[in-house]
Amino acid sequence: MARFTTTSLAVDSIGPVDISLHGGECLGLGGPSGAGKTRLLRAMADLDAHDGQCRLDGQAAAAIAAPVWRSRVMYLAAEPAWWADTPGEHLPAQHALVADWLDALRLDAGLLDQPIGQTSSGQRQRLALLRMLCLEPIVLLLDEPTANLDADNSRAVEQLIRDYCNERGACAVWVSHDIAQLARVADYRLALSATGQVNPWS
Amino acid sequence: MQLISLSVVDLGLASVAVFALAATLLAMRLELAGTLVIAALRTAIQLALVGLILEAVFAQRSLVWVSLMALVMLLLAGREASARQRRRFTGGYGFLAGTAAMFLSSFVTTVATLVIVIRVQPWYTPQYAIPLLGMLLGNTMTGIALALDRLTGEVWRDTAVIETRLALGATATQAVASIRRDAMRAGLVPMLNAMAAAGIISLPGMMTGQILAGSAPWEAVKYQILIMFLIAAGTGFGTLLAVTLGTRRLFDNRDRLRLDRLRAPR
Repeated sequence: MARFTTTSLAVDSIGPVDISLHGGECLGLGGPSGAGKTRLLRAMADLDAHDGQCRLDGQAAAAIAAPVWRSRVMYLAAEPAWWADTPGEHLPAQHALVADWLDALRLDAGLLDQPIGQTSSGQRQRLALLRMLCLEPIVLLLDEPTANLDADNSRAVEQLIRDYCNERGACAVWVSHDIAQLARVADYRLALSATGQVNPWS
Repeated sequence: MQLISLSVVDLGLASVAVFALAATLLAMRLELAGTLVIAALRTAIQLALVGLILEAVFAQRSLVWVSLMALVMLLLAGREASARQRRRFTGGYGFLAGTAAMFLSSFVTTVATLVIVIRVQPWYTPQYAIPLLGMLLGNTMTGIALALDRLTGEVWRDTAVIETRLALGATATQAVASIRRDAMRAGLVPMLNAMAAAGIISLPGMMTGQILAGSAPWEAVKYQILIMFLIAAGTGFGTLLAVTLGTRRLFDNRDRLRLDRLRAPR
């Protein structure tokens, strides 16, 4: 069971935020646009300079190489980029669970061989989640992972992430504007004020 | 064969062609006449100055003067290489990286050639050292300028891809691998093209000069082959070093992309 903690984590005037998540748990992070939710997630992944510390199972991010940290504590941007021609080329050659995950995400396997340019934004959002899960992160930092999805597909994503966390003892920090969604998926909820202060969910 | 010395009158005759072109451009309202005349004047004045300096340095045959001239050439090349960048590094880092790369590759190659290949006594004999270094610096400068420009331009354009790869656990080196390849290619292609075309499409300038100055073609060819090999090695290693230094600068020790170390394009 993983344990993910942050101690006085702050980026510029955003934060500080102190959280402690155990395996299987999900923290919901809400707040208005521009409050700094994305920047906090990026700080947790050590993608930007920040104050304070993040630890996974007691080990501080600074104590291990940044790429190793980020392969465990993985950030999924709202609109991640693609570099190869097809979605399939972004996935590890043979991952046993790809078929199951495609199914859970209501995606057709043929999509993996289609040019990226011919996929819809909703398909790409789910494919990006699939790409992330194939790397088997321990902490999932999710930046509006259902922003481009309709209600049914959003539920499918919610279910898959909860299942992934429960089965593997992984945990998630889930950023969303959708209060109802955070009420469904998150065990704890925090709200970021417009000025970057962290408050308990009201 | 005897070298036929050119007089100022001879050069004046050649300049008639340039002025004729300028007059034609002016008459056809093609706008470049003024630029052409200024460029021609600059050529004459700059080369005349260099000629005077070279006459003095050649007469002195002293290591101090050769070194001083080499240093000036290096700094000018470094300035030129960084001036050609569209997105420059902050804090003069582009100048430093380019100059350091040029210094290491061009100077090492030149000195090694003088000592090991040509075996001229003393090794800093200016007739050999200055032209060799000049050709190496010029070519390495072009390679470094093109490669750094491609590197910073593509990193800026592909920020989203680099950030995504980093987020998925890639190292900085992995995240820019393809961009590094592109940058190296951009830096080395002019030199590779010149090597492939040498003698078939164009007679290289140095060889032409030697032949005009009375050398036997075979002697000129051997020097040209030597200089082509040196340019290939010097440009290649210099560009590699500059791209490596530039890449390092674009990331910090936590493998974070640091676009704040680039200035906005001019």
